[in-house]
Amino acid sequence: MSLQVDDLRVYYRTLKGDVKALDGVSFSMEDGEILGLAGESGCGKTTLGKSLIRMDGRMRHIGGTVELDGRELPIGDDRRMNDFRFREVSLIPQYSMSAMNPTRKIGRMVRELLRSRGATLDLDELESRLSLVELPHAVLDRYPIELSGGMKQRMVMVISTLLDPSLLIADEVTSALDVSTQKAVARALIGFRDAGFVKSMIFVTHDLALTSHIADTIMVMYAGKLAEKAPATAIVKKPRHPYTKLLLDSLPEVGVRYTDKRLAGIAGSPPSLLDPPAGCRFRDRCPIAGEECAQEPPMAEIEPNHFVACWKA
Amino acid sequence: MRRYFGRKLLVYGLTFFVAVTVNWMIPRFMPGDPVSSMVARTGASNPAAAETMRVYYTNLFGFDQPLWKQYVNFWAALFQGDFGISIWVFPTPVSEVILGAVPYTLGLMIPSVLLSWVVGNWFGAYAARRKVLDNTLLPVGYVLTAMPYMWLAVLLAWGLGVVAGWFPVAGGYSFSMQPSWSWDFILDLLHHWVLPFSSLFLVALGGWAIGMRNMIIYELESDYSNYLAALGAPQRLIRRYAFRNAVLPQITGLALQLGVLVAGALVTEIVFSYPGLGSLILKAIQNQDFFLLQGAFLFIVLGVLIANFIIDIVYVVVDPRTRAGMAGAAA
Amino acid sequence: MTALQEVPAQDAAAPAGVRREALYFALRNGKLLTGFGIVLALLLLGLLGPLFLSGTGSEYGTQPMQPPSAEHWFGTTTFGQDVFTQFVYGLRTTFVVGALGGGIAAVIAMLVGFVAGYRGGLVDEILNMFTNIVLVIPTLAVLLIINAYLGVRSVGAQALFIGLTSWPWAARAIRAQTFSLRTRDFVDLARLSGANTWKVITREIAPNMSSYLFMTFILLFGGSVLIASSLDFIGLGPTEGTSLGLMLQNANQWSAMQLGMWWWFIPPGAGITAIVGSLYVANVGLDEVFNPKLRET
Repeated sequence: MSLQVDDLRVYYRTLKGDVKALDGVSFSMEDGEILGLAGESGCGKTTLGKSLIRMDGRMRHIGGTVELDGRELPIGDDRRMNDFRFREVSLIPQYSMSAMNPTRKIGRMVRELLRSRGATLDLDELESRLSLVELPHAVLDRYPIELSGGMKQRMVMVISTLLDPSLLIADEVTSALDVSTQKAVARALIGFRDAGFVKSMIFVTHDLALTSHIADTIMVMYAGKLAEKAPATAIVKKPRHPYTKLLLDSLPEVGVRYTDKRLAGIAGSPPSLLDPPAGCRFRDRCPIAGEECAQEPPMAEIEPNHFVACWKA
Repeated sequence: MRRYFGRKLLVYGLTFFVAVTVNWMIPRFMPGDPVSSMVARTGASNPAAAETMRVYYTNLFGFDQPLWKQYVNFWAALFQGDFGISIWVFPTPVSEVILGAVPYTLGLMIPSVLLSWVVGNWFGAYAARRKVLDNTLLPVGYVLTAMPYMWLAVLLAWGLGVVAGWFPVAGGYSFSMQPSWSWDFILDLLHHWVLPFSSLFLVALGGWAIGMRNMIIYELESDYSNYLAALGAPQRLIRRYAFRNAVLPQITGLALQLGVLVAGALVTEIVFSYPGLGSLILKAIQNQDFFLLQGAFLFIVLGVLIANFIIDIVYVVVDPRTRAGMAGAAA
Repeated sequence: MTALQEVPAQDAAAPAGVRREALYFALRNGKLLTGFGIVLALLLLGLLGPLFLSGTGSEYGTQPMQPPSAEHWFGTTTFGQDVFTQFVYGLRTTFVVGALGGGIAAVIAMLVGFVAGYRGGLVDEILNMFTNIVLVIPTLAVLLIINAYLGVRSVGAQALFIGLTSWPWAARAIRAQTFSLRTRDFVDLARLSGANTWKVITREIAPNMSSYLFMTFILLFGGSVLIASSLDFIGLGPTEGTSLGLMLQNANQWSAMQLGMWWWFIPPGAGITAIVGSLYVANVGLDEVFNPKLRET
């Protein structure tokens, strides 16, 4: 087992109190697995992605553990976490378009980054990986501003995976791209996994349709908790959680992505995470909610590898 | 890049044109008759001298000619380096008087501006996001930058000059000395230079340090900094990149601040009776020497334009994006 | 530093909650409270002080060159004038110049910045060129010429000319902000629903960057005070009344420094520094209140 997350709780500190963005999340990932992480904006999926590599200043690790390849990640300790970053856990950020220092030639930046991590640049390896994503070797001698959006995206993918991390977090990497480029990026990510550059990958997105093409497993989050986790085909063909069903229904058609707005298809809005209600958090919007939903539903494995947190599933 | 310089040069050309035009217009369109008030205010006791001046000025302004002709003549005179004759040191040409003062002003300004910029940037970058330093540097910086230049000059002159007696408080060199290339004279020159330099340096320092601190904080929040941090890059590298990027707006800032820096130098010179343009302007105002004043104005404008252009060139050297032929620098 | 950093506009939507949050932080921001506290105290001194003082500080007295005492709090000048009285009246002038000069500059900067940023295209090109020209010309040098030719100089005229020459950096900053707001949904919506340029600017754009505009005004205010004091010091101050800059000029002209009359030149400079410095510090506080990223957690 490559990644094991146990009852992870990460809160945001705000004036009004703690926002419980991750409230007891447990799951595991196999070696070589690509996990699609989906849900509305604000459901905690980005928080989960950040928690695994670098929390921002307002995030607090409240409880729970993360184990990667049998070693516990010190996710609450920014300094100790540094040893794991890049080498064990790496990130393709949402902001790939602006992730590279604008005033350094890309090649020089990569060399300086690697040296600062005590690694030396294997130029042949780097160039072969550039070829893999169809980037000319000359990009190393350019400034980021001279690259197109798609090129920058691929360049960042290559940089992030240079040290062959065990876990790669791809955070909304496709949201800034057009449909055909999205597909190319998704293919490249699978290629990276198949080539062994990364062992496993978490693909954070709000685009359920795209996720189903690239992920082996899909995990749906709602209001800081897991709703459902199952193999990609099972989620798409036989969703069990009412939220997953509504999410799929609200897709106009496969391949067209909806924007990061509130889902038109689901009435109401997610509960405030400042003081979330007891019981199932989807209860207020759920078409089939009943008495028992006042109790929090446990995560149950209703079929092999198909987990659902719903009394009615 | 050619477009970048083309635009800059166009702006500078237009600026010079506007400055000259304003310079020409003000005496002509201000209420009152400039010639008689000028002659009257010089208080020339000798009626013959007063009459000579009157004739001279009327000719020079060319009030008997149509306006457009006056304007053309003004430009023609300018291109011959003719700024008129000074009243204060009649009959020395204005250009000569000014050229005698310019070296002192430049000798004061260039080192203080450059050094305060370098040191200020260094301080600001070092203090940003380091709590204790930041909390001490910030208030000091704000007090310095809020000080009127002449006040710090007066304080330094009083404290280190009058009270402590370490430095002379007036003049560019001792009255007993004749300008020459001897060591004695150079040392004397330096001795007189220290206080005005320090006061210019200190006031400007605060502004640069604060500006740099703010820019660094902004850069440390930027996407490329976050990406580096997520990949575990040490703070040293992240800060180095942030500094490099934060310096660019500081270079632009230097160009924006030139006017303020010149103004600071002028009043500082007045405090120390330093024989540069500032003291010259004071003398011109006290003696109602308008030609000298207007000449000094054009010289300052010209100096600022040249400095701006030099900064533009430096910017292109430092910011790779302008060289790559892409949009980068703000206009 | 007299220029705001040209930082992209923050998220514009400002519902009541955000405003309440801003107020919450404002009341807990030490920099903001101290800064505005000092400015307010000096303003009150300038406004109310003259009610309790006899004379305007320009009358010659019988006790020249006195150091501070119970009778003359800040001592007297070479001519026996009471320095404290001059200081109080000087504060008035300083605030008037700051408010008027800063106000005029802010209005011009907003006009130029909004129109250039919102209309774009040729209008933007022309206004930008104009802004750059005024920006490059050294302000003080122009003011020197204008003021020198003006025989009689008033505080109002001084403020007017300062306002007319010190707006360019602010116009550029406002233009950049407007530019980034222009493409937002709510501006598009207003435009589509038929609002004209003026309406869009005053109803949609300006309110959404009001905090930024306020901070710009504060910096322009401080800048005006400093420029005015320099003009006064060179001898081109108002010909009637007194100001902090004129006090410094007089002190310098009558060799207060060489005579060791520190009480003559310290108060006016300290007054200017206190006003301008407090405004700058308050501005940092405001920035922290409105820009959550800068808050210390």
